[in-house]
Amino acid sequence: MRLRHLLAIEPLTAEEIAFLLDQARPFQQFQQYPLKKLATLRGKSVVLAFFEPSTRTRLSFAAAASRLGADTYVFQAEASSLKKGESLADTVRTLEAMKPDCIVLRHSASGAAAFVAERVGVPVINAGDGQHEHPTQALLDALTIRDRLGRLEGLAVTIVGDILHSRVARSNLHLLSKFGCRLTLCGPPMWVPEEFERIVPGVRRVFVLEEALDGADVVMVLRVQQERLHEPMLPREEYIAQYQLTPERLRRARPGAPVLHPGPMIRGLEIDPAVADGPQAAVLEQVTNGVAVRMALLYLLLGGAGGIERSAEIAH
Amino acid sequence: MESSVLPKLLIKGGRVVDPASGTDRVSDVLVVGDKIVAMGTGLEAEQARVVDATGLVVAPGFIDLHCHLREPGEETSETIETGTRAAARGGFTVVCPMPNTRPVNDNAAVTRAICERAAAVAATRVWPIGAASQGSRGEALAEIAAMKAEGIVAVTDDGRPIATARLLRQVMEYCRELDLPVIDHCEDPSLADGAVMREGTQSVRLGLPGMPAATEAIAVARDVLIAELTGARLHIAHLSTRSALELVRQAKQRGLAVTCEVTPHHFTLTDEDVSYDSRFKVNPPLGSQDDREALLAGLADGTVDAIATDHAPHEPARKDVEFERAPFGMIGFETALGLALDRLYHTGLVSLMRLVELFTTGPARVLGRQRRIAPGEPADLTLFSLDRRWTYRVAESASRSRNTPFDGWSFRGGPVMTVVGGRIVYEARRESL
Repeated sequence: MRLRHLLAIEPLTAEEIAFLLDQARPFQQFQQYPLKKLATLRGKSVVLAFFEPSTRTRLSFAAAASRLGADTYVFQAEASSLKKGESLADTVRTLEAMKPDCIVLRHSASGAAAFVAERVGVPVINAGDGQHEHPTQALLDALTIRDRLGRLEGLAVTIVGDILHSRVARSNLHLLSKFGCRLTLCGPPMWVPEEFERIVPGVRRVFVLEEALDGADVVMVLRVQQERLHEPMLPREEYIAQYQLTPERLRRARPGAPVLHPGPMIRGLEIDPAVADGPQAAVLEQVTNGVAVRMALLYLLLGGAGGIERSAEIAH
Repeated sequence: MESSVLPKLLIKGGRVVDPASGTDRVSDVLVVGDKIVAMGTGLEAEQARVVDATGLVVAPGFIDLHCHLREPGEETSETIETGTRAAARGGFTVVCPMPNTRPVNDNAAVTRAICERAAAVAATRVWPIGAASQGSRGEALAEIAAMKAEGIVAVTDDGRPIATARLLRQVMEYCRELDLPVIDHCEDPSLADGAVMREGTQSVRLGLPGMPAATEAIAVARDVLIAELTGARLHIAHLSTRSALELVRQAKQRGLAVTCEVTPHHFTLTDEDVSYDSRFKVNPPLGSQDDREALLAGLADGTVDAIATDHAPHEPARKDVEFERAPFGMIGFETALGLALDRLYHTGLVSLMRLVELFTTGPARVLGRQRRIAPGEPADLTLFSLDRRWTYRVAESASRSRNTPFDGWSFRGGPVMTVVGGRIVYEARRESL
C-alpha cells in the first residue's frame, strides 16, 4: 500500500520517515540549480487550503509544487465563505469538486487534516492542524539535522519553549523518538506537562535552561505564541530572563550544535540575535530544505513518473 | 363493574424484580386501566391482552433523571414526541428534560407548554426540570414555585453550574421549603473554559485543550458545603470523576441529603477512546480509566443513586464539524440498559436488584418519590431480557439525532416492552431482540 495522505508523524515508522528523507535528497541538490523547473507533475494541481494565516509554509508548498510543474490554487479563509457560516466539511467538498490532485491544509483546529482526509477522495497533506502536528516541519528539521550531523540516531535534542501548544514540537518529538533520540523539553512548567513523558519514549523535562542544554547535540527553539487565548502569557521580561537562548547558554550544548527555529523568529524574545545570526543557526537551511521535503512529498503523493513504484515501499 | 370496560394487560410468567419491596420472584402482573390490580401465579383475566414474559425481568418503570428533549426551540435535533419514543425504546417510562430549551424553561408558561405537549404526544411520562435562575444566566432566581405548580420536579441550570455560591445558597434555601432537589452541573468555569475533553495524556497527544479532573470536584465541594449550610437536597448531575465521587461519599457519610447520577457513557468509555470523532465529545468529558473504575465501584457500593442518560441530541450537521467546534453531548436512551447490563450486571459487579434500583427506586428517591410494583400502583413497567443478543443500529433510532459512538455495538440483554400507565408504548420485534 502506498502513502495516501500525510496527516501526522506519529503513525509513521522510522523506515518510512527515512524513506521520505532519502526521497528529498535529490530535490535538495535541485534547489541549487539555476533553472528550477521540472515537468514531473505537469497538468496536476494542488489546492493550498489555508484556514489560518501563514506565509512561509504556504509559499514553501507553492514553490515545491511549482518547481515540479504543478499548478497551485490558493484558498484563503479570510476571503472565503467561512465567514458566511459554511462548515469545513462543505468547504472542502467544494474544493474537491474543483478536481485538484491534492489538498494541502492548514487549519487552526487540531484534527482538521484527519477530518478533511476522511471526507475527500484526494491526498491531503497536513500543513499544520491546530496544536496537533506539523509533519512537514518535522521532516525538514530532520533533514537539516541529518545534513549537519550526518545522522539522526541517538542524538540528544533539547526543545525550548511552549511545548504544550506547539504542533511543531509534537511532530518533532514523534519523529526524533523513533530514531532513538534523547529528548529534553524545557520551558515554563505549565507549558511542559508531564504527559509528554508518557506520549513518547525517551523524554525528560528540565526547567532550568542551562541544565537542559548541557551536552545537547541539537537545540530547537520554538516561537513564543503571543496570541494565546486561554493561557496568560508570562511577562515578557520573565520569559527572556529564564528561557531566551543566548550565546552564553548555548555554550552548554555540544560545540557546533545546530540551532533550529521553525519561524517566524522573534529576535530578542525567544532567541538572542547573536545566536540567530551565528554559525550554529540553521534557520535558512531549514527553509531551503522545506521546499525539498515538500517536493519529495508531492512527488510521492501525486505519483510522479516512477513515484508510485518507489512509494510502494512505504507500507502505510 | 368499572374494570370490565377498561383495557386489561396480563403479564404472565415474568421475573418480578422490585427493589422497593425486595421482591425477586416469578409472578404474573395484572393491569387494568392504568393501575396494577393483582399479582400472583396463575392469574386469569377475560379479554385481556396477554404478554408471555417467561424469561424476562419485569421491573418498575425506568426513570431517566437527565435528558434533553430540545423542545421548544431546537426541534430539528429532537422533539418531545421523538425523544420520548426513543426513551420508550430504551425502557424508560419517565424522563426528566433539562430546562435549557429555547426559551429556557424558567417560568410557568414554558413548563405548562411542555407538559401539555407531552400529554398530547409523548410516549412516556415527562417530568420537567425547571431552571434555577432566570434564563439559567446565574443572576436572579427563576419562578420556581410557579413552575412547581405546573409540574417541575427539580431545578438546575444544567449546561453550566449554578453560577455563584451566593446564588446557589438562595436557590437551595428556596427549594428546601418547596421540597425540590437542586441539581447541579458541577464544573469550575475557569478550568473548563475552552476545554473540549479531559486533560491527560490523550488531550496532550491530540493537541486538544483539556480540563483537569479537579474541574468537577471543585464545584462539588462548593455545592456540598452549601447543602450543609442550607439543609437542602443536592443532586450532582452526570458525575464523572473519582475525586467528585469521594466528596459525595463523604457527604453521605455525614448524613447530608446529597445524591448523584452517573451516565452509561462515563462508566463505559474513557478519554483514551477520544480521537477527533465528535461523537465522543461530551461534557463532563470522558474521564480516565481510574475515574471509570471509581464510578463502577460507586455504582456497586450504593454511593451512586441513579443511572441517567444525559441524552443530548444534536442534528447531524451540528456534529459534522471540527472536534473543537462541535457541541457537547451524545444520545443515550436506547443504549443505556444494554450498556448497564454489559458493564455492571454481566461482569458480576452488581446484582440484578441493584441494577434495577439504579434505574427505578434510585432516581425516584432523588426526586422524593416512590416506585414499586404492587396492586394499586400506577402500571409503569419495564420488561427486559438479560440474555437476548442484539445490535444497536442508530439508523433505526426513534431519535431525530444520530450522535452516538455506540452505533453497531452488540449487547446481551435489553428492553423488550415498556408500559406506561397500562399502555404498551414500546414492544421489541421478535426478530430484533
